[in-house]
Amino acid sequence: MSEKPKRVALFVTCLVDMFRPEIGFAAVKLLEDAGCIVEAPAGQTCCGQPAYNSGDRADAAAIARHNIALLAGFDYVVLPSGSCAGMIAKHYPPLFDDDPEMAGKARELARRTFELTSFLVDVLGVEAVAGASHSGTATYHDSCSGLRELGVKTQPRKLLGSVAGLTVSELAAPEECCGFGGTFCVKYPEISDRMVSDKAADATATGAALVLGGDLGCLMNIAGKLKRQGSRIAVRHVAEVLAGGPLVAPIGESGEE
Amino acid sequence: MHPTSHDFKANAHRAMRDEALQGALATLKKGFRAKRGVAVERLPEFEALRDAGRDMKNHVLAHLDHYLELFEAKVLAQGGHVHWARDAEEARRIVLDICRASNARTVTKGKSMVAEEIGLNAYLEKNGVRPVETDLGEYIIQLRDEPPSHIIAPAIHLNRGHVAQAFVKAHPQYPADRPLGEARELLDEAREVLRESFVTADLGITGANMMIAETGATIIVTNEGNGDLTQTLPRVHVVLTSIEKVVPTMEDATTVLRLLARSATGQEFAAYTTFSAGPRRAEDLDGPSEFHVVLLDNGRSNMLGGAFHDMLRCIRCAACINHCPIYGAIGGHAYGWVYPGPMGSVLTPALIGLEEARDLPNASTLCGRCEAVCPMRIPLPRMLRHWRGREFERHLQPGRVRLALKGWSWLVRHPTLYRLYTMAAVATLGMLGKRRGRFTSMPMAGGWTNTRDLPAPSARRGFMDQWATGRRR
Ligand code: SF4
Repeated sequence: MSEKPKRVALFVTCLVDMFRPEIGFAAVKLLEDAGCIVEAPAGQTCCGQPAYNSGDRADAAAIARHNIALLAGFDYVVLPSGSCAGMIAKHYPPLFDDDPEMAGKARELARRTFELTSFLVDVLGVEAVAGASHSGTATYHDSCSGLRELGVKTQPRKLLGSVAGLTVSELAAPEECCGFGGTFCVKYPEISDRMVSDKAADATATGAALVLGGDLGCLMNIAGKLKRQGSRIAVRHVAEVLAGGPLVAPIGESGEE
Repeated sequence: MHPTSHDFKANAHRAMRDEALQGALATLKKGFRAKRGVAVERLPEFEALRDAGRDMKNHVLAHLDHYLELFEAKVLAQGGHVHWARDAEEARRIVLDICRASNARTVTKGKSMVAEEIGLNAYLEKNGVRPVETDLGEYIIQLRDEPPSHIIAPAIHLNRGHVAQAFVKAHPQYPADRPLGEARELLDEAREVLRESFVTADLGITGANMMIAETGATIIVTNEGNGDLTQTLPRVHVVLTSIEKVVPTMEDATTVLRLLARSATGQEFAAYTTFSAGPRRAEDLDGPSEFHVVLLDNGRSNMLGGAFHDMLRCIRCAACINHCPIYGAIGGHAYGWVYPGPMGSVLTPALIGLEEARDLPNASTLCGRCEAVCPMRIPLPRMLRHWRGREFERHLQPGRVRLALKGWSWLVRHPTLYRLYTMAAVATLGMLGKRRGRFTSMPMAGGWTNTRDLPAPSARRGFMDQWATGRRR
């Protein structure tokens, strides 16, 4: 490649930062392997979805301002999450409907912002990951924002297709929400539980030993349900498997049991 | 109908324990979704049709007064009457006055969500007029004295056993031990009973899926043909509908019809599409001698030009309901008023007030499937969020939640403090959860941990912390 390497800001998201840093490091490896220069801007915190989805537009806009400044100057901004990438790419611009200057900056950021697998495949043209292998069958949960706001569906599957030994067995209802929904899962726990129970049953019925997905919120929800049921199905972020490095224990497990 | 939307959580709790309902919902999800999927697949221009439908409705809404006046003039020219009703109260009164003026004691009714919206049946009964629902689903729920649980399949929450029970109670003219186990037997009995009402009714009330400004016709779409008998047999036909259902031309109506049946039931066209234009003319073989159209506003004109403007494009196809995971878990009654599912969660607060319906916009994961299937491309999630914004402005959410959110939003904008706080949290949770990798209970997170485990942080230091000290892979 004679092109100048792309300078990518990795926005790991608050959940990955706190609950599963390995996803962030897997993303770094995938991006660097694809020839990018990766930085994780130090002032990053959260994309603002909790405020935005709770109707607090003023705080959501203030957080957006913070992130727009933070992420200025990078060629691209990549997130290992469809819903946080969707927040920046789809929901930041309309937050500034009455501020044309900020709206312009928000749109400019939106154009440079991508979900991880979609960035690798759609922008960088990655066809296969190098050196990843994982024997067994996995199923894939499409998180709602990634799927419907950003059109992330074929990209992770394409990359998983290059993981040696791995077969993907699809869910019967792949477009069904898992019931996480950010604050929804604690505001309406009963309905949320009902939805994630259906998702767990669907995953179990595929016979897969592993559930993969691109959003840690959904994955924590699904893993939390499966573990409560005593299921042996492992749950991981797709980047962990694609990066091909040594794996830590699956989500919600310690490896000590 | 007296709303119970304020009891949403309790309603939902009950619904999730109702086995018959859960069985029905499982069937509904499979059936409607698969059928719509096939129908859409088979029409290559479906997406273009959606654009056309959206654009046409946007045009109508921008010139609503014009098209309504055009429609009214046409109806009048054909010898019909048009009545404008500002709210439910006015609409009920108008219908009752027409009944009284024509001495109607028994009225047959086709399915009409607007009639549900204004609580017409209870009102007529109270005033000495007996309404008889002629759509099978509506008839069944009328016998059981309950509201519809779905906008196109009102009795979807019931099984055959429920229906048989209701029939045995309501039809004492038949032997109590007659066989009613098969759908056919139930249908035959309903048909026999209803036939009697069709011929004795003095007045027929139907809704309208659309009104055509160009011709002054109203359209109803049914699969049972009951609407035809309701509107052609009695002496007086009253069409009860709402102002946003007008379309300019027959051609436009066709666009909607092609979208409607596919989105609703996966049919290319419903079994019966019936046009009514004015009373019977001299050369007509049948038809009513009086024709009335009652046009309800009930808050709709207030939605024009505002945040919920797009909702007025709704053609009541129920695709959003059929694909909603929340509706799929709790059914329609839990929403506590006439319109359930995503369209209801947007519409209900506008029609009965946000205070009463405050749960509805929140009881959604904003998964976006409703918008993805809506034939009129209505941005339902955006509008649900907008209602949440109004609730936030009006402090309608619990103070505790508000405080937590505000605190988080503040912390997020102060990265240094945020880092200290999250480092402490990760270290603590990581240590406490190290042995099992998850928590089975957690103070203040009972909503989560009552039914599922909470995964613990996988490391004792977060990503940004490790990155700051040089780790790269
Ligand atoms: S909102 Fe859209 S999908 Fe839902 S009933 Fe109305 S037209 Fe149909």
